[in-house]
Parts: sequence; C-alpha cells; structure tokens
Amino acid sequence: MAARRDLSNPLPRRGLAAALTTLLLSTATAATDGIPDPLPGTAPGDVERGRAIVANRQLGLCLLCHSGPIPEEPFQGNLAPDLTGAGERSTAAQLRLRIVDPGRINPATIMPAYYKTEGLSHVAPQYRGKTILTAQQVEDVVAYLQTLRT
Amino acid sequence: MKRAARLVAWLCALAGAAPLLAAVIHPSPPRPADSGDPRQSGTHFMSAATQAMQQDDRQNPAMLWVAGGETLWQTAAGKASRSCMSCHGDAKTAMRGVAARYPAYDSKAGKVITLAQRIELCRQGAQQAPPLAPESDDLLSLEAYVGMQSRGMPLAPPQDEQTRAAAERGRLRWQQRIGQLNLSCAQCHDDHWGGKLASAVIPQAHANAYPIYRLEWQSLGSLQRRLRNCMNGVRAEAPPYGAMELVELEAWLALRARGMPLETPGVRP
Ligand code: HEC
Ligand code: HEC
Ligand code: HEC
Repeated sequence: MAARRDLSNPLPRRGLAAALTTLLLSTATAATDGIPDPLPGTAPGDVERGRAIVANRQLGLCLLCHSGPIPEEPFQGNLAPDLTGAGERSTAAQLRLRIVDPGRINPATIMPAYYKTEGLSHVAPQYRGKTILTAQQVEDVVAYLQTLRT
Repeated sequence: MKRAARLVAWLCALAGAAPLLAAVIHPSPPRPADSGDPRQSGTHFMSAATQAMQQDDRQNPAMLWVAGGETLWQTAAGKASRSCMSCHGDAKTAMRGVAARYPAYDSKAGKVITLAQRIELCRQGAQQAPPLAPESDDLLSLEAYVGMQSRGMPLAPPQDEQTRAAAERGRLRWQQRIGQLNLSCAQCHDDHWGGKLASAVIPQAHANAYPIYRLEWQSLGSLQRRLRNCMNGVRAEAPPYGAMELVELEAWLALRARGMPLETPGVRP
C-alpha cells in the first residue's frame, strides 16, 4: 500500500481546527478542567439543535455508546454513562472540554474527540482534516447537555 | 453464468447433495463455563434464532455457496482444463484441516497468504484460469467449501517464524487507534465485548466461522469484508482486499482464536 505510514510512528495531521484546538486547550486546560469560553466564531448554543445532534446516529453518534432521555431512539448503547444528569454533574466549561477532546480528561477513553483533527491515524480520505462536529454543533450539544437534569 | 441462474443451479445441486446434508444439526461450541476458556465464538453473542440458522444446515443460507463450491471443485477450468479435484482428489480428505491452518507462510509466494489467496494461486497457476474478483460468488464458494471440510477442527495457525511475525504485526495493528473516531479493534473487542454499541452486541471478534452469511449483507462475505466494515465504522481508511494489512490482521485473529473449533460457514446478524 502506497503512502501508508509506519504504525509505530504516526505523523500528526494538522488542520486549522486542530491548530485552534491545540491553542484553546493549551490555555484552557493548564489551569482548569474545562474550556470556559465558547469556541471562536460561534453563536450561543441552541438546545433543540443540540438534542437533534445527540439523537442522530450518523452525526453525533452519542447514542452508539450512551443512553439518554431520548425515548424516540430505541437502540441506545451501554458502553458509557447515561447522559441524564450530565448538566448537573458538569459545568458548561467541563462539558465543552469533554466534547472537544475527552482524551484530555482520560487518555484511555473510548469517547472520540469531536473537535480535533490532530494525532489521528489512518483516517479515511473523506474525513481527513475534518472534525466530527463543527464548532457551532459543539456549542449546540453543550447547550443541550446543560439542560439534562435528574 | 448470471447470479440468479447460478443460485438455481446451486439449489439443484443442494437438493442432490444428500451426503452434504446428512448430519445437518451440529452442537453449539463449548461455553466458557464448560471449558474454563474465556474466549467465546461470535455465535455465542447472537440471538437464538440466528444461532439456530447457523446450526441447521437446512436453514443456513451459506450452504448454497458451499454447494456451489462443491460443483466448482469438480469442474474443469482454465487453459489447463483441470478441476481442483483432478489434482487434489476428494476434498473431504484432501482439504480436511487445511482452512484451520490459514493464513500461512507460502514459500513460493514468499509471503504469508490467506486461504482465498491460496485458492487463487491454484486457480491462476495450476488451472491457468483468470483471477476471481474478491467477494465474487465463485471465490467465496470455493472458500466456504474448503472451509467446511475443517468444520469442528481447532484453529491451528502455523508456528513458523514468518507466520508468527505476520501475526505479531497484526497484533500491533489490532491495538492501534485508527480513524476519525480514534478507536482500536482492541478497545471494542478486548475491552468492551459483550457491551452494546447501539443495538449491536460487541463480539470478541474471533474469526472462526468465515466466510459468513451476514443477514445485513444478504450474502456470503469474507473475513476481510468484515474487517473493512469495522474500519469504515470508525471512519478509518480500509485497505483493499488482499492488502498485507488485512492479511496480518487475519494472522493475528487466527493466533488469538487458536484451538477454538472452526464453525464455517457461519451466520451473523
Ligand atoms: C465510542 C463511545 C462514545 C461516544 C460515541 C460518545 N461517548 Fe461520551 N463518554 C463515553 C465514555 C466511555 C464516557 C465515560 C468517561 C470516559 O471513559 O472517558 C463518556 C463520558 C461522557 C460525558 C461525561 C459523563 C457524564 O455523563 O456526565 C459526557 C457529558 C458525554 N460523554 C457526552 C457525550 C456526547 C454528547 C456524545 C456525542 C456528541 C458522546 N458523549 C459520544 C463514550 C462515548
Ligand atoms: C466501535 C466498536 C468496534 C471497533 C472499534 C471495531 N469493531 Fe469489530 N465489531 C464491532 C461490532 C459491534 C461487531 C458485530 C457487528 C454485528 O453483529 O452486526 C463487530 C464484528 C467484528 C468481527 C466479526 C466477529 C464474528 O463473530 O464474526 C470481527 C472479526 C471484527 N469485528 C474485527 C475487528 C477489527 C479487526 C477491528 C479493527 C480494525 C474492529 N473489529 C474494530 C465493533 C467494533
Ligand atoms: C494442477 C494441479 C492443481 C490444481 C488444478 C489445483 N491445485 Fe490446489 N494445490 C496444488 C498443489 C501442488 C498444491 C501444494 C501447494 C504448493 O506447495 O505449492 C496445492 C495446494 C492447495 C491448497 C493448500 C493446501 C494446504 O495444505 O495448505 C488449497 C487450499 C488448494 N490447493 C485448493 C485448490 C482449489 C480450490 C483448486 C481449484 C480451484 C485447486 N487447488 C486446483 C495443485 C493443484
């Protein structure tokens, strides 16, 4: 196979979002366990849009692993905590970091980083250099998660 | 031959293939409770209905391909105008245990090859026939028919240096996080088997029933097709059929499942 990188030495791929994330995280996580400010260039998160993203198996993918208070989606995973109460357990800043790059909290996590393109390996061409969610979609999801209370 | 026509031919062959259907129901593989072995075949994670479909040859749709493979085994092909049988004789004895030993280092090819590649070497070399496309009915049929001759036998990957080295490279791939979702095979299949990914139960990913009839595919498919599915699932680049990456993963999976009985041809949801 041409151009396949040595597995032991994956070269990081850098894109704009990746560079931004690095910048954000290096300032935000040094002192805190969250990203306090909304991602640059975003409008305030929209709860309804956020819910739709979380419910969508192709877009948010959340329900592959999590369960949550979304009764119209019957097939929910059990690999991760139920999202009910997420807004009580964490602040907006903590939720934002958790979605942007959960590996910062738990390097061994299976939860993907939704706003990061660096440090990935063998990404399929159509996804290369792209984040799973856009900055605005991350804000929408954070807004929705904050509404989840027990 | 058109696909539909071939299916009809196979159905007829199947109807005539009484010996093939003599012992149609075979027991489930041993459970860990019986054996102390924590490994469980993918069959164990399926619904009772899907298990029953695999265990009863009269219900197992893959038996259509097995019957097709039996016909191909006996049919002269290529410029050499020879059948598999004209060199190997009766598959029931000649091919017994063969599928349980692949992938294996092939000294003539100078590399580790899969059973499908071994069959292709005979097709193109010995029969001088044109290559069969990956996932073509003919190739899958031959693979299923050869595989069937080892049903119930323990997986016995060769211990030679080259095959072991390929399996070791496969093990490293198994553990590497890949794709936009940044997940390794091991994270799902070693760390979270038995868990639910949406509605799918994550199996341990033992490759002891291939090729399989997958209900989702409505067709027979190879192990490499299954591996590529998982790679697509994590949004990783899936190497083309026959690529060394896939062969090495197969070699690792064979080592990981060594001693487990072969269940070919399997049925999967
Ligand atoms: C492949 C699995 C996977 C996917 C997909 C996934 N998560 Fe997670 N998530 C986890 C796991 C596992 C944890 C538990 C902590 C850990 O291991 O990092 C977690 C933890 C969390 C937490 C913190 C725990 C809590 O409930 O308070 C939040 C919030 C969260 N996920 C939200 C999401 C959202 C929103 C999405 C989709 C946009 C998502 N997750 C997608 C696996 C996943
Ligand atoms: C996000 C979780 C996940 C990851 C990562 C993953 N798989 Fe899977 N795999 C599954 C699920 C779920 C199934 C069963 C699907 C079904 O039954 O429909 C499966 C099925 C399989 C099977 C079939 C097992 C059988 O019993 O027939 C094999 C083999 C396999 N995976 C290998 C791999 C390899 C190799 C990788 C890495 C390249 C990998 N998987 C990555 C979730 C995963
Ligand atoms: C002209 C003779 C000839 C024909 C025709 C032929 N083969 Fe072979 N086959 C061989 C020989 C010789 C070997 C031993 C391989 C070697 O060492 O090069 C072999 C090896 C094999 C093996 C590996 C056996 C093992 O123990 O590892 C398989 C599987 C196989 N053949 C399948 C087939 C199939 C399927 C066909 C028909 C599509 C076929 N062969 C046609 C001569 C033939």
